[in-house]
Amino acid sequence: MTFRRALPGAHQKEPAVAEIRAEMVANVWRVLVSEGDHVADGDTLVILESMKMEIPILAETSGVVSKLHVAEGDVVQEDELIAVID
Amino acid sequence: MFDSVLIANRGEIARRIIRTARRMGIKAIAVYSDADESLPYVKEADQAVYIGASAPAQSYLDSVLLLDVAREARAAAVHPGYGFLAESPGFARAVIRAGLTWVGPDPEAIEQMGDKIRARNLMAAAGVPVAPGSSAPVADADAAVAEASRIGYPVMVKAAAGGGGIGMSAAFEASALRAAFDTARSRAERFFGSPEILLERYLPRARHVEVQILGLTDGRVLALGERDCSVQRRHQKVAEETPSPGVSAALRERMLEAAVRAGEAVGYRGAGTVECLVDTETGSFVFLEMNTRLQVEHPVTELVTGIDLVEQQFLIAAGAGVSFDAGSPPAPAGHAIELRVYAEDPKRFLPSPGAITAWSEPAGPGVRVDAGYAAGTTVTLFYDPLLAKLCVHGATRAEALDRARAAVAAFRIEGPKINLPFHAELLGNPEFVSGDYDTGLVSRMRQA
Repeated sequence: MTFRRALPGAHQKEPAVAEIRAEMVANVWRVLVSEGDHVADGDTLVILESMKMEIPILAETSGVVSKLHVAEGDVVQEDELIAVID
Repeated sequence: MFDSVLIANRGEIARRIIRTARRMGIKAIAVYSDADESLPYVKEADQAVYIGASAPAQSYLDSVLLLDVAREARAAAVHPGYGFLAESPGFARAVIRAGLTWVGPDPEAIEQMGDKIRARNLMAAAGVPVAPGSSAPVADADAAVAEASRIGYPVMVKAAAGGGGIGMSAAFEASALRAAFDTARSRAERFFGSPEILLERYLPRARHVEVQILGLTDGRVLALGERDCSVQRRHQKVAEETPSPGVSAALRERMLEAAVRAGEAVGYRGAGTVECLVDTETGSFVFLEMNTRLQVEHPVTELVTGIDLVEQQFLIAAGAGVSFDAGSPPAPAGHAIELRVYAEDPKRFLPSPGAITAWSEPAGPGVRVDAGYAAGTTVTLFYDPLLAKLCVHGATRAEALDRARAAVAAFRIEGPKINLPFHAELLGNPEFVSGDYDTGLVSRMRQA
């Protein structure tokens, strides 16, 4: 299990399982994927909103969304898990 | 003069308005949400009324609630600040209908300028230069592509009812335009409640320069100099200065004249701002939009003119004359810079809410800090990231830059990530220091 922060625009290579976490306190505005979806590196998973700014959270690896921990309208804390991609 | 005012806003601007109200002997009534209970403006007001939950829709954007609070508190006037309901003609009308004084322009002027398409057409008719662009809403992506081939690429895609740079983007060719159109439309519906979109020719090397106007009770419109707002990230201002280093005396004269015509075209009363784009290659300018309220960056104008703009707003709203000789307004003296201190990381400008554990403001000659927060307060995710405006005034631009550098170094804020290191970088950036910069400056700094 490798921890990586959800950095908009950050595309690093690998690993097999990626945890996507919130970088700041934010509202969950849009959830664009469901558990079981196939996603490609760079796909938008979720759009957060904080301080009048939208923050797209991108997949940093290709794979399947095995866990989705947020729903639209939720508030996420810094470092809180958003999704897991296998 | 009315004896009390409800300030339908929060943070630094509420505090700023309270300061002038109290100096003039007007009772200042503040409102606050759950998130803002501990902020300085709540303590500094003569009276503070709790109005509800932190989400703006349940507090600062609830016009019915705010009007009820104003009535119950027996406020004689309402000052909307900027943002929230400041440019809502409906709220302005409701305040006036309730028999209270609205500290702002007539609702009709707000309405005419609030629709960017209507405003463009009105300005063009009044002889104010506008960029090639839409004279009617663009219906869909196909229509946008057709419109863009008429206007010429690159084009800027904007929400007609928009503001704050939200949903705005530039497109250099048709496929990017289609994507930009869809993004702008979804943002427009969500943030502004209107899906109407317009296109305008985009000027890649432009300065954003605006003129402060003041519409007097007797119908005259004064122009109180310009502000250069070309330091922007995500189409939002980060630093402003006056006078603009990119505007010659001849260009300034034409811009101020055009701004007066713009104000006269809508019978403008009170403080307003005419935003323009200056093409740095040709030295020409076009009207961008008019902000029918007090502007965030109004302090730089106050620093060089010595005029308290909030005081003029109160006087004009009360039907009185302004505090200075309107026949010969004070000539601007020296140079002023405002740096917006945001709770965001200084590299990527991502928001950073959090508790503020230490806060120590710079002071000294020519230094003014308009702050909304203090040690022991918390920056929440509900509102924009502006914590404070660090403003400096010097006899020359070089002196203002020196004072700004010293003030940035002396400003200590701990807790959330703060963009002060960005300002230190800006004040050392050769392009900014030279004065020869444009709205692409910040993205060039980040590409380097």
